[in-house]
Amino acid sequence: MFKTASFATLTIALTATTALAQTEISWWHGMGGRNGEVINEISQKFNEAQSACHLTPISKGTYEEALATGIAAFRSGEQPNILQVFDAGAATIINAKGATIAAEDLILNAGKPFNREDFIPGVRNFYADSTGKFIGMPFNSSAPIMYFNTEAFKAIGVEPPKTWEDFEAVAPKLKEAGYIPLTASQLTWMMVENFKSRNNQQFATNNNGYDSIQDTQLIVNDPNQVMMFDKLKDWADKGWYGFYGASWADNQKPFEEGKVALWIGSSGSFGGLQKTATQPFSAVFMPYWQSIEGAGTQSFIGGASLFAMAGKPEEQNTCTAEFFSFLTSPEIQVYWHENTGYVPITTAAYDLAKAQGWYNEHPVAEIGIQQLMLPGGEWSKGYRMGFYPQIRSVMEREFNRIFSGEVTPQQAFDTIESEGNELLVRFSKTGG
Amino acid sequence: MNRQTAPTSPRGIARLFRWGRGAEAPAAKRVQFDRPVTPWLFVLPQIAVVVIFFYWPSAQAVQSSFYIEDPFGFGATFVGFDNYRDTLKATEYRTIAGFTAFFAGIVTALSLSLGLLLAVKADKVIRSASAYKTLLISVYAIAPPVAALIGMMLFDLHIGPFTHFAALFGYDLRVGIDYWDTAFAMILIAVWKQIPYNFIFFLSGLQSVPVSVREAALIDARSGWRRFWDVTLPLLAPTTFFLLIINVTYALFDTFGIIDVIVKDKPANNPMTLVYKVYLDGFKGNDIGGSSAQSVILMVLVAVLTVAQFRYLERRVHYG
Repeated sequence: MFKTASFATLTIALTATTALAQTEISWWHGMGGRNGEVINEISQKFNEAQSACHLTPISKGTYEEALATGIAAFRSGEQPNILQVFDAGAATIINAKGATIAAEDLILNAGKPFNREDFIPGVRNFYADSTGKFIGMPFNSSAPIMYFNTEAFKAIGVEPPKTWEDFEAVAPKLKEAGYIPLTASQLTWMMVENFKSRNNQQFATNNNGYDSIQDTQLIVNDPNQVMMFDKLKDWADKGWYGFYGASWADNQKPFEEGKVALWIGSSGSFGGLQKTATQPFSAVFMPYWQSIEGAGTQSFIGGASLFAMAGKPEEQNTCTAEFFSFLTSPEIQVYWHENTGYVPITTAAYDLAKAQGWYNEHPVAEIGIQQLMLPGGEWSKGYRMGFYPQIRSVMEREFNRIFSGEVTPQQAFDTIESEGNELLVRFSKTGG
Repeated sequence: MNRQTAPTSPRGIARLFRWGRGAEAPAAKRVQFDRPVTPWLFVLPQIAVVVIFFYWPSAQAVQSSFYIEDPFGFGATFVGFDNYRDTLKATEYRTIAGFTAFFAGIVTALSLSLGLLLAVKADKVIRSASAYKTLLISVYAIAPPVAALIGMMLFDLHIGPFTHFAALFGYDLRVGIDYWDTAFAMILIAVWKQIPYNFIFFLSGLQSVPVSVREAALIDARSGWRRFWDVTLPLLAPTTFFLLIINVTYALFDTFGIIDVIVKDKPANNPMTLVYKVYLDGFKGNDIGGSSAQSVILMVLVAVLTVAQFRYLERRVHYG
């Protein structure tokens, strides 16, 4: 009897010791569905690969909800070790100096190797500061690409367009063949942010906002940007472009149903589209304007990155660094890439995916990363603007007005520029 | 009452009230507390809840509304009334305020009148009355976001039967894109969701109208409409007044879930209410100062509305 009892005590004591020896770290993210599952799988792989740290991923809903919960938690001292923040929220967290530990510092302090050059060019700057130091750890990165309905293009016997000029040439034929030639999800990301990157156009003063939050001003009512929307409106009137509101899914659905010939979506849409599309499809780069000097540059990355939150004990930070290194290892990157459609963020991972022959079976999966590896221009590195989610909301509102004929594109962009600049002024006061 | 004590406990206050009325209260048997602290102990949880969940956050909101703040709490600039000025001068905010007033008015009017109509009709049904009532009431069990999901399936741009139905008449119904089409869907769903609630209250109100009064009215007036207007409706006045307040509150605040589902996370140019705007700026935009100023404005508006309702409308209500 005594023996059994002592044995039990011993077991309990042993379990307690192992639990104590492991450092617990947490990761809050904003992903659901298949992507959320893959996050859990990766965390499990990390926990199995080493014994010093134990990582628990928790889904906090959408990107916006993850950021809002993270902020509330930080204010009450309950922040997670790792917080996923989406592209538009980057300025909010990077500007809050003291909320995060720069990913680069974190990894180097933990004595791990870190080299900026390991990352593919398109992801190097978006979450970095103006000197190029990585603040956020790039994680799920995507590019806007143009999917096309293979049958539609077979029917009219032409290649999918590379430039918008090409599009204007094929659109009448696609319409004649009974298709809606074009739809696009999230016009803010596709037709403003990545119009700027693909056509190498300045988006904001102060080096696209990277240099300072003081006096940064939006540049959107310039002739080229307005021209893009004059064209879209004109195409909509001609029946070449279908606008289905600000919702992502409403614009994707008609493409899945085979009614639309071209749809601009995310490289990360690939996984889902494989299951939902009723017709064979493929993809090409997002078009640019031949008529704009210097156009055809790489696009901005979309998606989100991981931030190491400040105010955590040293041993937990070491674990976070450990996980960041694990996450960028080629095997894990390839696993993430192949299961979600997000691009691999290091050249080593890209090479590994190529070597494994992944792109022979899935040529579409390579389009996003190839677009991010195109030559960069002065203005294709990224942008950094505060209250940017609200600026996007202003754009969404005005875009609806353009397509319902209430305002002209010029009027819409004048409004966006003035309301956006007011928001930027407000943001510049948040620093105190 | 020959002994006056200072009101140190709820019991003391009650005694003071009675004294104030000037009438000797009937000596009913009451539970008495020996210690003056005990009753306060019993009301403490309620007071604590109100303080923690209402007064404290309200005070915080008022404070934040004078600052523009870094969301993470690292810096803040005192800006005086700038947040209020920025909010009130924005055309966008005024449009939303206008829509909120319109929305609250029309949702209240429609759900009250339709609820009353159905209650009056149901009150007359004799055969299978309970089945009829249950069917009407059951809608109330549906949560607002679920109601909106059902509604949005019906209004879907690509596969919605309502969209197809409108197309039969040559109307291109574009909920989510056209401002007034979305407003129409929003009002329809919000009213549909609220009718059963009003129905339950009106029905029980109608059933408490004494038979003798109805019979007396029957002798006085042959016209059913006349009897309803002169006898039944005044007797329903307390119910109607109560429902009016509840419905206005519903339209202003509880429709949040419906709106959130309808605008699908991205309001763009779609209509929304003031509460939704507070959420949008505060939680999605991380603009704590601006959103606090908006919530203070909203708090003041609701306070004014409530006082007005009680002062001017309740006078006309006759409690039986």
